[in-house]
Amino acid sequence: MSSFITPRRTTTVVAGAALAALALAGCSGGTGGTSADGKVEITYLTTNGDDSIATGNALIAAFEKANPDITVTLNTRPGGTEGDNLVKTQLSTGEMDDVFFYNTGSLFQALNPDQTLANLADESWASEVTDNFKTVVSTGNGTYGAPLGTSMAGGIAYNTKVFSDLGISVPTDWSSLVAAAEKIKAAGITPIEQTYGDTWTSQLFLLADFGNVLKQDENWAKDFTANKAKFAQEPALAGFTHLQEAFDKGLFNADFASATAADGSAALATGKAAMYPMLSSAVLSNIKQSNPDAVNDIGFFAMPADKSANTTLTVWEPNAVYIPKTTEGAKLDAAKKFVSFINSSEGCDIQNANFVAGGPFSISSCSVPSDAAPLVAEIQKYVEDGKSAPALEFLSPVKGPNLENIAISVGSGISSAQDGAAAYDEDVKKQAQQLGLSGW
Amino acid sequence: MAQTFANVVPPQVRNRRRGAPPATRAGRKMRSMYPSWFYIPAAALYVVLFAVPTFASFYFSLTRWSLFDVHFIGLDNFVQFFSDPQLSQAFLHTLVYAVITSGLKVVLGLALAVLLTSSLIGRGYLRAVTFFPVLVSTIGVGLTFKVLLDPFDGVVNGALSVFGIQGPGWLTDPNLALISVALVDVWKGLGIATLIYIAGIVAIPQEYFEAARVDGASAWKVFRNITFPLSWPATGTVVILSLIGGLRSFDLIWAMTKGGPGFSSDVIASVIYKQYQAGFYGLSTAGNVVLFVVVTAVMIPISIFINKRSVDS
Repeated sequence: MSSFITPRRTTTVVAGAALAALALAGCSGGTGGTSADGKVEITYLTTNGDDSIATGNALIAAFEKANPDITVTLNTRPGGTEGDNLVKTQLSTGEMDDVFFYNTGSLFQALNPDQTLANLADESWASEVTDNFKTVVSTGNGTYGAPLGTSMAGGIAYNTKVFSDLGISVPTDWSSLVAAAEKIKAAGITPIEQTYGDTWTSQLFLLADFGNVLKQDENWAKDFTANKAKFAQEPALAGFTHLQEAFDKGLFNADFASATAADGSAALATGKAAMYPMLSSAVLSNIKQSNPDAVNDIGFFAMPADKSANTTLTVWEPNAVYIPKTTEGAKLDAAKKFVSFINSSEGCDIQNANFVAGGPFSISSCSVPSDAAPLVAEIQKYVEDGKSAPALEFLSPVKGPNLENIAISVGSGISSAQDGAAAYDEDVKKQAQQLGLSGW
Repeated sequence: MAQTFANVVPPQVRNRRRGAPPATRAGRKMRSMYPSWFYIPAAALYVVLFAVPTFASFYFSLTRWSLFDVHFIGLDNFVQFFSDPQLSQAFLHTLVYAVITSGLKVVLGLALAVLLTSSLIGRGYLRAVTFFPVLVSTIGVGLTFKVLLDPFDGVVNGALSVFGIQGPGWLTDPNLALISVALVDVWKGLGIATLIYIAGIVAIPQEYFEAARVDGASAWKVFRNITFPLSWPATGTVVILSLIGGLRSFDLIWAMTKGGPGFSSDVIASVIYKQYQAGFYGLSTAGNVVLFVVVTAVMIPISIFINKRSVDS
């Protein structure tokens, strides 16, 4: 190269390049607010699942009817970590949609809400949301999200027909679950379904055990965030040891390594499998699609602890809709209107018609329809009896990215429970350091 | 790589490049025909699309970067990247993968090329079929083989069961997953290797083969003493291309196993991707810098060695 370019030319080239870069940067401008005829156009970003799109479209149609001078455009994004990165990128470049649907809890905290999101604490619906929900969409400086959808439980979905045929009652401690599983196995039915084809489903043994951990040590989440409590020690180790024990005793379906969540739900619905550790809403919406007649045969119970007195149901708060700080003026007003419409009684009816309720709502203006799946009533009972606790991701910002693969390693006999728990303790360290938490 | 060309370029061309006096004058006259601002569009593209991102990535590898704000933390990311418990395993997997794929591509590519350069019925068709997998998207290949290799409903195990063989969980058995993906990679990339070898073999002057035939050499002797040594430059190209591909491999592994089951088919690139997915942007950029250094460190000595041999032979 050097022999082709003299010093003077180098300057010319560099200056030209800088100009071109400036010109390129100038291309990305902002867009205006209202159009000439007083109409406001806003956009709504949701996930690309069938349910979310259907709900989004139905909400928009009803909202536009009630507010003829506001137009809402639906945009979609992928779910999972891909979607997380997209949301963060859009927020950091100031190009986020006017209203967007996203997770609550630790993922919400990673959005830097105080800098990027509009504070919705003074909106009319804000006084109606449950305190548990408020904590998962708030920082010390404000409340940023409104619920969309129902809460859901993590635990064990079971086939009530199989249980009653074999005369098994719902196990409330781990040893009775193992005993029940042995009995089911003897009857030629898969005792516990596992579906590592969808890697995230492998975490339920561990995540759904958190209610039990919290029952035994109410400060566990705080200590965990401060690097004082570890998964490699009891009570949190139990989740890992139970997973290993279930694999060692051969309680899983033969195709556990490649089966998907849809396969697992279908196996549970048809009675090929008796129990499936899963999120209530996920198993329910899968079964509603594949075996709608079986919805009434599905029950739900908490992941059993070693002692039945400690068995507590782990509950996930619903996702939320947020408004970014970049939305201003007339658009902001329109966006706020849309958010409060979602949580009006009309909005709730639309949610109920399109989403499958996997648990109770987190806002008093909404209630689950009377024809909801029987599983929802079972979940509600735990909540009413005070036997429920929020999932760890709502109490601590620390969640290691490799938990699903670590769980698969333990659940397929690649590594032991103790090694898996230690590997996860190592994994969360990265996240904690990334967040700049003290003590790591 | 500049060295590669230096060895290949004939001396008279090299002299011109180094700039012996008369050549320089001629060159200057040539250059004056193009005003220097002709270079600006290309240079601007180069700076914006290549130079700036490269230097930006070196900078971001030294930061804790959340997309919202950037903290300079020195070499902490590199320390953390190397203390990652999965990383040493991923390094080993990467090497195994690169060696298996490039080894098999050399052996099978050469064998197929010898077959496809001989006078064979339907040679053009067979060449096309060999090359066909190269044209298909890697993700498509990955997803297709994921279905074919399914331990329960897959065609492969279905075919094996006809012969009474219980096929293994190709992608779900932790001991097999990496090797299965490597074999699919070989299937997909073999066409390129074969093509390069065919070009190399066709370039060998026919006189050598005729002379060998007149001397009564057997097919094996012809291969051993003529085809193989004289297609050494092709071997060099295949080894270099497939080693680089193997060390950087990501898309096929991600489509087929996502590094699983557990971590049993994780390679460096998939570890980096997972860190990016988790939102550790600075850390994963540091990983990319490490990958860049590793690939360079492995490839430079190999390419020097191969080029030396090709000059000697």
